[in-house]
Parts: sequence; C-alpha cells; structure tokens
Amino acid sequence: MKQTFLTPRNKIILLAVLLIVCILGSFTLGHYPVPLPQLLGILGERLGLPIQPFWTTQMETAVWNIRLPRVLLSVLVGACLAGAGASYQGIFQNPMASPDILGASAGAGFGAALAILAGFSSVGITLGAFVCSLGTVALVFTVSRHAKGDRILGLVLAGIMVSSLFQAGTSFIKLVADPTNKLPQITYWLMGSLSGAKWQELGFVLIPMLAGLIPLLLLRWQLNVVTMGDDEARAMGVNAPKVRLWVVLCSTLVTASAVSVSGMIGWVGLVIPHMLRRLVGSDYRYLMPGSMLGGSVFLLIVDNVSRNATTAGIPIGILTAFIGAPFFLWLITGKGDHYEH
Amino acid sequence: MSIEVRNLGFSYDSRQVLHDISFSVGKGEFLSILGPNGVGKSTLFRCILGLLSGYTGTVMVDGVDARSFSVREAAKHIAYIPQSSRPIFNYSVFDIVLMGRSSSLSPFRSPSKQDNDRCRWALEKVGISHLSQRCYHRLSGGEQQLVLIARALVQDAPILMLDEPTANLDFGNQLLVLEQARSLALEGYTVIQTTHHPEQSYLFSHRILAIQNGQVLTQGTPAQVLTPETMKLLYGVDVDVVSLYEDKARICIPKNITRQEVSS
Repeated sequence: MKQTFLTPRNKIILLAVLLIVCILGSFTLGHYPVPLPQLLGILGERLGLPIQPFWTTQMETAVWNIRLPRVLLSVLVGACLAGAGASYQGIFQNPMASPDILGASAGAGFGAALAILAGFSSVGITLGAFVCSLGTVALVFTVSRHAKGDRILGLVLAGIMVSSLFQAGTSFIKLVADPTNKLPQITYWLMGSLSGAKWQELGFVLIPMLAGLIPLLLLRWQLNVVTMGDDEARAMGVNAPKVRLWVVLCSTLVTASAVSVSGMIGWVGLVIPHMLRRLVGSDYRYLMPGSMLGGSVFLLIVDNVSRNATTAGIPIGILTAFIGAPFFLWLITGKGDHYEH
Repeated sequence: MSIEVRNLGFSYDSRQVLHDISFSVGKGEFLSILGPNGVGKSTLFRCILGLLSGYTGTVMVDGVDARSFSVREAAKHIAYIPQSSRPIFNYSVFDIVLMGRSSSLSPFRSPSKQDNDRCRWALEKVGISHLSQRCYHRLSGGEQQLVLIARALVQDAPILMLDEPTANLDFGNQLLVLEQARSLALEGYTVIQTTHHPEQSYLFSHRILAIQNGQVLTQGTPAQVLTPETMKLLYGVDVDVVSLYEDKARICIPKNITRQEVSS
C-alpha cells in the first residue's frame, strides 16, 4: 500500500469527526432549531460549566429533554445494528448475515406486539421486546444444538425457522388486536421509529448496549481469525466455537437493546458493514469500529430526514429500506476491488 | 522438537479409518506421508493437530501428550499449512500472515509492532516481501502457498505440517514450495507433509511413511520405500523405478502403459 494520508486508521478518525459534526448539526435542524452557540452553552452548563444562560428555557427543554436523547439513541442504535451485522458476517463467514439472522428482530417484534396488546406503557413495551428478543435467540441456539451436521448452518437455519414462527405469532396478535387503537400502534412500532425516544429508554438500554459493544470491539482481532474457518483458526490457537459463542451473546445483547427501543430498522446491519469494507478493508481491527461509527452517522442522518421531511415524521425503518436496498444494489454492482493497489 | 505417534487409531462412527499407526519424526527431519486417495492421511493429520479428538493411542510432542494441550498451547507447538485457504473476505497478504501471531496474543488484544516486525521477517524469509500489500485472493496458487507457510512461521511453532502442499501448483511452483520446506527442515524445523508424488518425496524428504488401508505399509529412508514392490502395493500400479544421478533422484515409469501415436 502506498503511504498515503488515507490509511484505514485515519479514515476511522475522519469518520469519528464526521459523527461529531452530525451530532452537533442534528440540534440545529428541526421544527425548533437551536443555533450552535446556544447549543454548546446549554450542554456546557449541564456539564457543570459556569455559563450565564443566554438562551430561553424553551430552547433548553428542546435540547435536553427531546433532541439529545433522540440523537444519542440514534447514535447508539446505529452503532449496535452495524456492529452486530459486521460481527455476524464474520462469525458465520457469510457476507449476507445481518443482525436479525438469529431471530432477534422477530422476537422483539412479537414481544412488543404482545406488550401493546396487554396495554403496557412504553417502558413495558421496550422491556417486553427486549426479553422476547433474548428469549428467541436463546431458543434458536438451543434448537441448533440438536441439529445434525454443520453447526453453523444449523444455527442459521434454526434462526430462519424460529423467526418465521415468531412473525406468524406477531401476525396473529395483529389479527386479534383492536383495530382502532392497538393495531395501528403495533404496526407503527414494527415500522421502526425513534420518535418516542426519552431519557427513560436510553437509561434502560445504555448498559446492555455498552456491555455488548465493548467486548465486540475487544474481540475484533479474534474475529479476523475466525473468518478463516474453524480448523484453521484452531491450528492458529483460536478456539472458534468459543469466540463465536461470545460474539453471538454480545451481538444479541446489542441487537435486542437496539430493536427494543427503535422497532424494526432494517438494512443498517447489512449495508453499513459492506460500505465500510469498501472504505477500510475487511480487517476487523478497522472494520468493527468503522462499522459502529458508520452506523451511527447513517442512522443519525436518516433520523434527521425522518424528523424534518414531513410534519408527521416518516418512520425511520421505511427510510432505511428505501435508502438501503438501492444503495446495496449499487454496492454489489460497483466494480473494482478496494484492496488492490 | 520431536513428534511421536504411538498406536494411533480412529473411527468415524463404526468405520475404522486408521489402525495402529506408529511413527516418529525428529528435529530437523522432513517426513513425507504417501498413500492413495481416501486412505486416511487427512484424518491422521487432523488427529495430530487436535482437530479430531476421539482417537485411540497417543500423540507425544516432545514427550508431552498432545491431548493435554490447550488450543493455544497446541498452536505454539504445531503449525498447520492447509492445502489451500479461501478466506471469504478480502484480506491483504500481510493481514493473513499476521493472523499466525494469534496464539501469542491474549484474546482481547490486537497484534503489536513486534508482531508486524515478525511478519516482515517471515515474508522476507519465504521471499515474498513484495507481495505484502497485495490482496490474497489475487495471488497465484504458488504464492498463496508461500503466504500460508509464512503464516505458519510467525506462529513460532517448531513443527510444521503441510497438507498436500503441491496439490494445486504447477510444476515450477511445486519445486519452489518443496525447496522451501526442505530448507526449513535444515534449519531445525520438524516438517511433515502428505503428498501424492513419490518422486518428489524421494527428492526432498528424509524419510517416507507409506500408508495403505489406514495402516502403515512401510516406512524408512526414501531409498527403502521408493521401490517397485511398494509402489505396486501402494497404488496398484506396476512401475519401473529408474535411478538417476548416482541414486540422487528416482523416477517411476508405469509399465505396460506407453505412448500411443494418434491413429489417423
């Protein structure tokens, strides 16, 4: 490789800078825009800096209670989905793997639908989705233990089957749900949206998200070795089934957390890791942090569009599909290999 | 560092694949394992590497039972060079070689500068430094094989096991890879390869182990093993073994199978 400024490491740093710019920019957009000086002032004051307020209380409410939790949640959900997608693509040695491959999304959808049917509050819905999501992946894992033959294939097949079972369950709940209030609520939840983001939700998912994201970042070198196949990895001193188990645990934790607060947001987990492969290469030392940052930037931008495009706000899940699918087609038809110099 | 296999046996379900295999290889020795297709050579390799665990008998590495090794310990003793490797994702040659350092890294760590230096040393040693930043997928079969050898070298394991290293290579690359393997043995590595080329194992290795029907047919120096009788028993083919250059090389010529002119 030629010694250029754009090494994978520098690209990651640029991506981090871009994320910060996007975060700050997100506050200045919206029905109640907050200019940058006021924004920095409000944030600084909240962090304990001695700043005399030169902003209105309305501004402070908008920044602190509405926009900040939503921005932080977009950043976290994006990082979780893209990080889990990149991890699954590695451990299953399958570039088409996405965070919902083991049924995390289908389980979360079922749990949320059930919680809405039972008339739970928004925290109850998040909790229901989270628990059902973890339960579904646990079920998939248990079933696959009894599968004969290739264990990876068994896991993926079990994931597909259990997912469709839970999707059928969700459909049944929609069928029996009250069509005047509960059915629209379920449908809206399933479309995926961050519009209901509050500090409460953020507090609930922050710990499990970090508990998953940090080990995934630390295990990124082992992930490289696991993509070579179990036998080769073992001969190089890496216990691939053990790494896979940890990665599945962490990825499930972050996916379940993300889906339980945001609903079904598709494509991020598939498209972003592929885009980053083009950008920084397949080496997980760069791909993992790159995917997480890229997922954050992407979801933040899409959520800004979702917030500002119409007064009602288009659910973010619809937008990611509209952007993701054509973008993916463009990626796979794109010529040239990023690594050949 | 020596490796000693004692009375090794292995069955897949009820089918016995290996019976009572015993042999040993010492430091600096190059052993070739010959045998027809499906005779259990790969199974034997997988048992020694610890990829299969349900075998009977023992594999002793420098006097220690290989069963007692953890995955990391095993990798520090024995490095494996597969016939070919097709990583699903696109890695540079340097990254592939760097993966060989994994057994020396704790699970949460990524390779350091010392690991990078070790990789440069290994690439230099097998003569492919210029390929360092190339994409592994785009290399020729011979170059890929050299990359896998470099990856095994950075593992710092004294025993190298090559599974049919020349199977996918053209004539020139076969000799290149085998010369590399032999020079590593001369440096003190213990080298074991499986192969389908009796003549090449005569040229390059110190000893030959011939396996037929999951059992040791014969073992010894190349001169003892590369005989018409053994070739007949091993491959079921009648051959003349011709000695050249004061028996520094031998070639096998099939009897009763000669060139036929194209009839018009």
